[in-house]
Amino acid sequence: MIRFENVGLRYDMGPEVLRDLTFEIRRQSFQFLTGPSGAGKTSLLRMLFLALRPTRGLITVLGRDVATLSRKDLPSIRRRIGVVFQDFRLLDHMTTYENVALPLRVRGRQEHEYRQDVVDLIKWVGLGERLDALPIVLSGGEKQRAAIARALIDQPDILLADEPTGNVDAPLARRLLRLFLELNRSGTAVVIATHDLGLMEQVDARRLVLADGRLEIYD
Amino acid sequence: MTDTAAPSTAGPSRTQRLVATLRGRGQTPIVPAGNVAGRALTTVIAIMTFLAALTVGAVSLVTDTAGRWQNDISNEITVQVKPADGLDMAQALETVRQIALQTPGVKGATVLDEAATGRLLEPWLGEGVDLQELPVPRLVVVSIDTGDPPNFEFMRQELQEAVPQADLDDHRAWVSRLVTMARTVVFVGVFVLALVIVATTLTVVFATRGAMSGNRHIVEVLHFVGARSSFIAREFERHFLRLGLIGAAAGGAVAIVVFVVLGHLTEANRQTPEADQISALFGSFTIGWTGYVGVLLLVATVAALTALTSRLTVTRHLAEIDMISPVEN
Repeated sequence: MIRFENVGLRYDMGPEVLRDLTFEIRRQSFQFLTGPSGAGKTSLLRMLFLALRPTRGLITVLGRDVATLSRKDLPSIRRRIGVVFQDFRLLDHMTTYENVALPLRVRGRQEHEYRQDVVDLIKWVGLGERLDALPIVLSGGEKQRAAIARALIDQPDILLADEPTGNVDAPLARRLLRLFLELNRSGTAVVIATHDLGLMEQVDARRLVLADGRLEIYD
Repeated sequence: MTDTAAPSTAGPSRTQRLVATLRGRGQTPIVPAGNVAGRALTTVIAIMTFLAALTVGAVSLVTDTAGRWQNDISNEITVQVKPADGLDMAQALETVRQIALQTPGVKGATVLDEAATGRLLEPWLGEGVDLQELPVPRLVVVSIDTGDPPNFEFMRQELQEAVPQADLDDHRAWVSRLVTMARTVVFVGVFVLALVIVATTLTVVFATRGAMSGNRHIVEVLHFVGARSSFIAREFERHFLRLGLIGAAAGGAVAIVVFVVLGHLTEANRQTPEADQISALFGSFTIGWTGYVGVLLLVATVAALTALTSRLTVTRHLAEIDMISPVEN
């Protein structure tokens, strides 16, 4: 689904922060992306969801060479990638329901077509009582789950989650992990960027380890 | 931060539920409706529209007044008879009046009597002047048919032959000056209007950029949930069209109220000397329907301009931030 070949990234004229990355995210796969703080996990995730263009190398996303993509091509590809940001990025003036429904709204879908699906998904992530709450009154874990629901609402081919358990306590982290596994079983490829060893030890999954700008893969 | 919600936030409050019910799910604007920058922009647009509307009203007033002056003057011409030794002024005035009345295209002719002539000269010579003792020219006012005006050259020749001291003034010089003045005023008014519109456009450009910066997180989220640039631009355009409409309508409404109040004030004070002076210049201080239509057009133009400017600014801004780039942080 996503393929990196000898990819390097530098900011401005600085040194390369990511070097010679070569790997593939396969369909319906599950993997952790880990490494120490500052190793470049977030930069790598940003390249995965087309927020950064590499300074060298080849990235192929869903069969398209990123170097040849135009701005017009980006939305249709992004619609197949669900992203959970570390800082949630919920819109503060919208309710949980509206935030989760946002991807469908921007696709031009009518509300009566998706209302029940959105409500069901919000209940599935355990926020059934918080449908009309604004993000400002949600706890960190609730925001995290709302952000996850937003990433999943249109059944993406791949889910990228940046430190999805960074703001929650251990029981909720386990619950979120089960949620990701369930999602993976239903056919979505999952990449979880985390430095939470405890979380990774719960699942026997592929690990992409970033250190000093280079990637080691443990299948 | 941990997954611990404050006790007071355990569920949606009654107010939240009411707000959600009132606005209906999915109907919240993607660009937040109200913030300080939005109110400031609305106020600036209102002020700009008010100033532009005053300009439109002033241009309309001057154009109408100049047209009325031109019409009044072209309704009348005057024949001036200068005093001369041995000239029987009364006889000469009567001769002029008769010649005028016999000329095709003339509807009437009146000799301005001594009392009226005295009133005309009063500002310079004071009251109680005996015109018989002064060599003062006298006037015959001739009303003409504007649809079929007389041949002024023929009439001038006839008068000169009968009364050599008679001098016909068809007011063309005045009309020409008035037309020039009116055109100048209209030109200046249009220039001021153009300046106000340019200033409004620039204000909207900067306000849109400010709003884009302030709402950059929204734009990014929209991008990453797969929104097309046209969708984002449309949301911002709708937001600014609303601000533009509110501001322009408020500015235009205040301007119309000012016109109406000024019209009533001049009407109410018509008997005072000051009002007489204003009336002599402008007639009644009222803006014609063209002025009001102009203000309404202005309101629509400012609102449309605000929406268009914001759309262009947003589209260009999106092109800058949406392009995946290694320099983006």
